[in-house]
Amino acid sequence: MDTRLKDYLNAATLELGGAADALGDGHWRYAVDDDQIGWLVLNCTDASVNTISDKVLRELDAHLGQIEAEPPRALILRSAKPAGFAAGADIHGLADMDADTAEQLLTDAHAVLNRLQGLSCPTIAVVHGAALGAGFEIALACGYRIAIDGASFGLPEVQLGLHPGLGGTMRLPQLIDPLQAMQMMLTGKTAHTSRAKDLGIADLVVEERHLRAAIHAVVKGEVDQQARGLMGKAFGLSAARSLAAEKMRREVQKKAPKDHYPAPYALIDIWAEHGDAPRAMQKAEIASFARLLQSETSKNLIRAFKLRQKLKQGGKAHCDIARVHVVGAGVMGAEIAAWVAMQGKQVSVTDPDEGALGRMIRRATEICKDAHKDGLATRDTLDRLMPDPKGYGVRNADLVIEAGPENPEVKATIFADLGRQMKTGAILATNTSSLQLEGLTAHVPAKTRFAGLHFFNPVSKVPLVEVVSHGSTSAATRTRLMAFCNAINRLPVAVADAPGFLVNRALMPYLLEALLMLDEGIPKERIDKAALEFGMPMGPVTLADQVGLDICLDVAESLNQSLDTPIADIPSLLREKVEAGNLGRKTGRGFYDWTDGTPAPSSSVAIPADLTDRLILPMLNACAECLRKGVVGSVEDLDAAMIFATGFAPFRGGPMHYAAARGFGTVRARLAELEAAHGARFAPDPYWAEHA
Amino acid sequence: MTTSREVFLVDGTRTPFLKVRGKRGPFTPVDLAVQCGRPLLARQPFGADAFDMVILGCVNVIADEMNPARVAALRLGMGDQMVAFTVQINCGSGMQSLDTAFRTIREGSADMILAGGAEALSHAPLVLSDDAVDWLSGMQTATGPFATAQSALQVRPRHLKPVVGLERGLTDPITDLGMGQTAELVAHHFGITRTMADTYAVESHLRLATAQKDGTLAEELMPAFDRDGTVYREDDGVRPDSSVEKLGSLKPVFEKPYGQVTAGNASQVTDGASWCILASAEAVERHKLTPIARLVDSEWAALDPSVMGLGPVMSATPLLSRHGFGNTDIDLWEINEAFAAQVLGCLAAWQDERFCRDVLGLEGSFGPIPRDKLNIHGGAIALGHPVGTSGNRIVLHLANALKSTGGKRGVATECIGGGQGGAMILEAA
Repeated sequence: MDTRLKDYLNAATLELGGAADALGDGHWRYAVDDDQIGWLVLNCTDASVNTISDKVLRELDAHLGQIEAEPPRALILRSAKPAGFAAGADIHGLADMDADTAEQLLTDAHAVLNRLQGLSCPTIAVVHGAALGAGFEIALACGYRIAIDGASFGLPEVQLGLHPGLGGTMRLPQLIDPLQAMQMMLTGKTAHTSRAKDLGIADLVVEERHLRAAIHAVVKGEVDQQARGLMGKAFGLSAARSLAAEKMRREVQKKAPKDHYPAPYALIDIWAEHGDAPRAMQKAEIASFARLLQSETSKNLIRAFKLRQKLKQGGKAHCDIARVHVVGAGVMGAEIAAWVAMQGKQVSVTDPDEGALGRMIRRATEICKDAHKDGLATRDTLDRLMPDPKGYGVRNADLVIEAGPENPEVKATIFADLGRQMKTGAILATNTSSLQLEGLTAHVPAKTRFAGLHFFNPVSKVPLVEVVSHGSTSAATRTRLMAFCNAINRLPVAVADAPGFLVNRALMPYLLEALLMLDEGIPKERIDKAALEFGMPMGPVTLADQVGLDICLDVAESLNQSLDTPIADIPSLLREKVEAGNLGRKTGRGFYDWTDGTPAPSSSVAIPADLTDRLILPMLNACAECLRKGVVGSVEDLDAAMIFATGFAPFRGGPMHYAAARGFGTVRARLAELEAAHGARFAPDPYWAEHA
Repeated sequence: MTTSREVFLVDGTRTPFLKVRGKRGPFTPVDLAVQCGRPLLARQPFGADAFDMVILGCVNVIADEMNPARVAALRLGMGDQMVAFTVQINCGSGMQSLDTAFRTIREGSADMILAGGAEALSHAPLVLSDDAVDWLSGMQTATGPFATAQSALQVRPRHLKPVVGLERGLTDPITDLGMGQTAELVAHHFGITRTMADTYAVESHLRLATAQKDGTLAEELMPAFDRDGTVYREDDGVRPDSSVEKLGSLKPVFEKPYGQVTAGNASQVTDGASWCILASAEAVERHKLTPIARLVDSEWAALDPSVMGLGPVMSATPLLSRHGFGNTDIDLWEINEAFAAQVLGCLAAWQDERFCRDVLGLEGSFGPIPRDKLNIHGGAIALGHPVGTSGNRIVLHLANALKSTGGKRGVATECIGGGQGGAMILEAA
């Protein structure tokens, strides 16, 4: 009954003015309703989401010709997809294009949008869901934008090493406060409904049920558009723009150095130079976009985007896990539980320390706040997250995640206890980061339904989850866990039960090398700066503090014992810190002082390439070993995992992509040099020679 | 026409009762109901949507939670289709929910009902005086800046002095007597002295303190967790170091300077919630449940509001008579401790031959209720009296106490502000 009413209500359709039933083929449908309002509706064939391809634009052009010949009272542009307006340009088409082809294609595309903008009748874009990139740029070419509550607008091209290329750089600063427009394009951040209304992107915000009335109000001239005001006029002056541009460059420099990320600088240049001359700006935008498309940064960021899609594909099965029980409310257990509850699952959590359960609730409240959840969403998250000192939730859980101490005996006790209570068919997953699963299977209730679900700290910020299969884990269990990751909005990568799995195995030589350098007396700031300049999101010393030095030591020790390839000896400073109880961020002090927030290491000394190679190459070497041993299924999965777990310089396309760019032969030779200088831990993996 | 099916109490939990300490507590009534209900539902072998309905007693409903029963049911994930309603008979509301559930199952209209009580006295609203409400509505209907300004100027200092809603709630509207004053009256009629009341109160604290320590409450009391990370494990008003000397130093609060009732021998003002699961024999069998107790019967009675404290006597006596039970047929009693003097007044009334004959229609005295059968793990004086919750708690605890002591039959009963009483007979299942 419950579901039947929901299904009935959810079947309510979008207002499309009859265009959904219009005859024709292709991506668009057009119909004129009884009020002489034309409805031009985008419904990309063979896709659940609209993307703007060359073909979509050419078909739009053809429809515009027909509309020019017989103009309606007003033209409505909207999507027929329940998912939203449009997700942006079809990047698969763009990525492999040469500069001349791209420039020609963009010039043609711009002509279509100019034609839309030039129609004699009022044009209204109706946006539900997301209007991103090229989708938003089509909406910008309309005279009005009506947002259905829940709509969002964004130009995220900068995240792909590009800037808007379909007139966005010109039209957005014309529509709203130019500084806000530049801010949106430089950060790629999305403006949600109310913000979009405040900025002047949306002229009206209505519920779907009031759309027709709203359209009539626009047609009758009852809707005032926000004037752009003084700010817009002031930035008509090139001197004002050039001052503002200088400030923007300084801001961008802090986050995205020009050598690695040219797009934001190109965007600022275009605006500073042509901000008062739309046609010239349009031309400059096309040329700059075509140029950026050829940059390694953009190619690599597009690669990273596709890698993300591929990981999502891996978890596309239906998720059949609704109830999750977490054992252990330590840092990781609490993060996992809070995140999973926020994503809509029922979660219960046991811990022998009720205080830890209390801290978990506080942490969940913070995570909701950081995620901008409103009062109701926060309440619902906390209602779904049940501290469960007596473990009542185990019996009904579809999935039990063990996040207890990294001690095989403790885990064995926990597993035995769970085994007596878990229901048939439920999966038991461990979040261990330093133990191999094979050694834990003796006490699990069902080996086929036992696997690793390795989250990274903080779960709310790190999207990757390693789904670890040991010898007896069934394919069905792995598929269910991958689908679960997708359902909780994390990215799953399937890995084998090898020491350190993939990410820690690859990361540990890099971290240990950094700590050895500390032992040698190299200042931590200089080491971190080398990594930051390479493009890592934080330096290795900062990262060790962030992960927790005790966990680093655990992982390092277990790798030391279980690997057949040599790794760095455990640095004495690491042991000393752990023994002194200075475990990093969680205790307020590790190598850095964290009491005033995340440290910002800086060093005025120029970083020698040798230092950088000494840090990065051991990581690449470990990646090669993981590939050779089949710890991870493909180069793509490996690069994706390293980008989305460690933030490995995304503009380099992942560690193996970077190694390929340098040439496997070169990498191998450099490793051999480092081996001669520093010892066997640098010995090049056979993979390099086999795949050279 | 009613059938007469058996009704079982199969499980129940409550939150710790949290003493109101001069500011709003961390939980609203529904927050408390959710904190208490989640572990209860989680330990059942059936889904949260298996109930036929939810009934919740709550006296001080807050504006954001109209019909708290329904809000709680939805927040507990019991499904869009869960019928839920809130009942209110003042201090008896938590037993009213059980009584309604009991009758509904008994007559065959439902098989399983979640019945509870929730009260956050610390969230009782500050009420504006009538004058202030008139002034505010004048402000809101004034049109134009001039009229608004003129209206604003009419504000007087007395308008800004809020009336404490809780204080009004604890005053009988018919007689304008404070609840404590009604206890003074009962004490006076039945010769209850200050020392007797204080001695009783001390025992209540000591019994609860022991029960907290020896694990008696382990299955019944679920910890509550607030957003700041604080864990509430126990009823926090208990004073294990209480003594007659210490209580003797307190001044009377309701009738100064000669009164008997002090803050020390009255129930504490607290926040708390309690839920019980009631089920028919069919539901017990279907879900393979193990009942704790069987609800035998219930009774409500009404009396002069100025001696509302005699409510237990007026309700429990006819209930027992109807079943032919005398004093010795009852192994355990839970009498809600609104005031020590009021409980002692009830005990005295049952031993007063003239009262029993003339008022209760018995042939002689009902007889004494030994202290070792009464509130054996303490009562509202030690753990507090969240008004809409207490009736639910005493029934739940009576069921658990019958089970742990091996007793056969018990009575839970309470006095109700406004001049009523409620009583329920339970038998061990």
